[in-house]
Amino acid sequence: MDQLKRTFGLLWILLAFAALIAVGIMAYVEIINKPATDVWIQWSIFVGITIPVAIGLFLFGLFAFKGEYDRLPTRSSDL
Amino acid sequence: MEATGNPAPTKGIRSVIWASSLGTLIEWYDFYIFGSLATVIATQFFPKTNPTAALLSVLATFAAGFIVRPFGALVFGRIGDLVGRKYTFLLTLIIMGGSTFCIGLVPSYESIGFAAPIIVLVLRLLQGLALGGEYGGAATYVAEHAPAGRRGFYTSWIQTTATLGLFVSLGVILITRHALDSDEAASIAKFNDWGWRIPFLLSIVLVGVSVYIRLKMNESPLFAKLKSEGKTSTNPLKESFTQKRNLKMVLLALFGATMGQGVVWYTGQFYAQSFLENVVKVDFESSRTILIWAILFATPLFVVFGSWSDRVGRKWIMLAGMALAIFTYRPLFGALNDLGDESRKREVVEQRTYASTLTPISDSQDQLRTGTTRRSYTDGMLLEVIVTDTLYAQNGRETIKESVKVTKVPGTKDYWLMVLIVFIMIAYVTMVYGPIAAFLVELFPTKIRYTSMSLPYHIGNGVFGGLTPFIATLLTTVYHNDVLVGLWYPIAIAAVCLVIGALYISNRIDTNIAD
Repeated sequence: MDQLKRTFGLLWILLAFAALIAVGIMAYVEIINKPATDVWIQWSIFVGITIPVAIGLFLFGLFAFKGEYDRLPTRSSDL
Repeated sequence: MEATGNPAPTKGIRSVIWASSLGTLIEWYDFYIFGSLATVIATQFFPKTNPTAALLSVLATFAAGFIVRPFGALVFGRIGDLVGRKYTFLLTLIIMGGSTFCIGLVPSYESIGFAAPIIVLVLRLLQGLALGGEYGGAATYVAEHAPAGRRGFYTSWIQTTATLGLFVSLGVILITRHALDSDEAASIAKFNDWGWRIPFLLSIVLVGVSVYIRLKMNESPLFAKLKSEGKTSTNPLKESFTQKRNLKMVLLALFGATMGQGVVWYTGQFYAQSFLENVVKVDFESSRTILIWAILFATPLFVVFGSWSDRVGRKWIMLAGMALAIFTYRPLFGALNDLGDESRKREVVEQRTYASTLTPISDSQDQLRTGTTRRSYTDGMLLEVIVTDTLYAQNGRETIKESVKVTKVPGTKDYWLMVLIVFIMIAYVTMVYGPIAAFLVELFPTKIRYTSMSLPYHIGNGVFGGLTPFIATLLTTVYHNDVLVGLWYPIAIAAVCLVIGALYISNRIDTNIAD
């Protein structure tokens, strides 16, 4: 099970990049197709919020890959 | 492992739940009425003809949910972990109630020009900020009063508030819409003109009552104890998000639970209603009353699943809700679409009517032609098609694209089948959402609990959930032939969350949250 958790960590790292690229492409296509300021602002917000979320998913994958989730804390003193 | 978290007398915990839930319900109500009345508000404050006003409208829609809510979670989470839960969620309630009341007072764009949309934008952002701080405080406050072994049950009352807030907002809007005049059309016209302000103004009364009740409550016993011992965090933001041991739990909460919960929550309630109205073409009233009935029947399930999670653990109930959503969303939404599909029904042809009107267009010799066709079906469904085009005085000039508006009033049997389908989807919401407050509370220590649980909740719910209608609409515009294509977004997010949750989350119930 621990090995599976670690292997899947790589998948989450890849998914973080994929999410960022997908939202970036969607934003680009939408802004090109409808070059209005409100569309630009809307997609800037989407991209802006996707960046930290993707970084979070990347870190989650990295932690998983390194085995940080092999054992979860059972009490606050473990944190 | 210690045996207890914080024993509390039943009578005491009841007032804690009542005080917390009422305030949180009102905050959700305040937040939703803006969304539910978006079209009316846009007419009053954000005229489409003015690009700057339209831009402010976009900011009011997106910034409040996507940026300000998580920001509010950080700001108020920090205050809650430094100063205390009670005063922080009292503050969020006052900010929310005050902003909502003020929106009801803002003069229209016609009266004061650009000041109107700017004031409304600022007030909407304040609403988002307050909502970001409220939920974590209320959930933490109740959980820290609840006896160990019943935490899922007691916090599930807080979990009912988001859905009940939607229920109350829909109810108040529908009632107000019909109560302003004995003639229905006149009443709706008055509502669109000035009556929409009533649900906003009503908020101040509700908030006043809730503030009064909350003022009489004591601080959370766990936080009070920590504070008296001088063990509170000096920098909760730093502790929560820069120390790896806490950060990894925040990330686990987000990607293994709240992300999936957010999309299931939004799809079952908001996207379902939007799908009924915009894809199935169910009329305004029916699409809302269907949701109201479904919410009414499903709400007790929050408490059922919250309570059950005390016995079997939080994890598998939440993940089962996500799994059911993943595998049944397409058939369920497909069934909703089929129920409104007139090609599957038999028309009572002799009852078909057609009426046409011509309205002169001012400052020209052109006329607006409105043709209304009404059809009845053997199962009781009524279909109305209104086609509007322009009759030009100039010879040979024709309308390039006529406007076609289709609305359907479902027959009784189909209406209740739609209620049943939406009920099933809200039942999934209750599975993922009912136990999640207890799950989040048990994941973090008291000194940084408010901060640590608020951020993943609001990113999961506000960002992942809030993106559902936009990504779904975007997919629909790209793939025209599949009306269900928009569902791939919530299905994909819930699937990723399901795998992460199943692999990494523990089903263990932490009986001691006092540490």
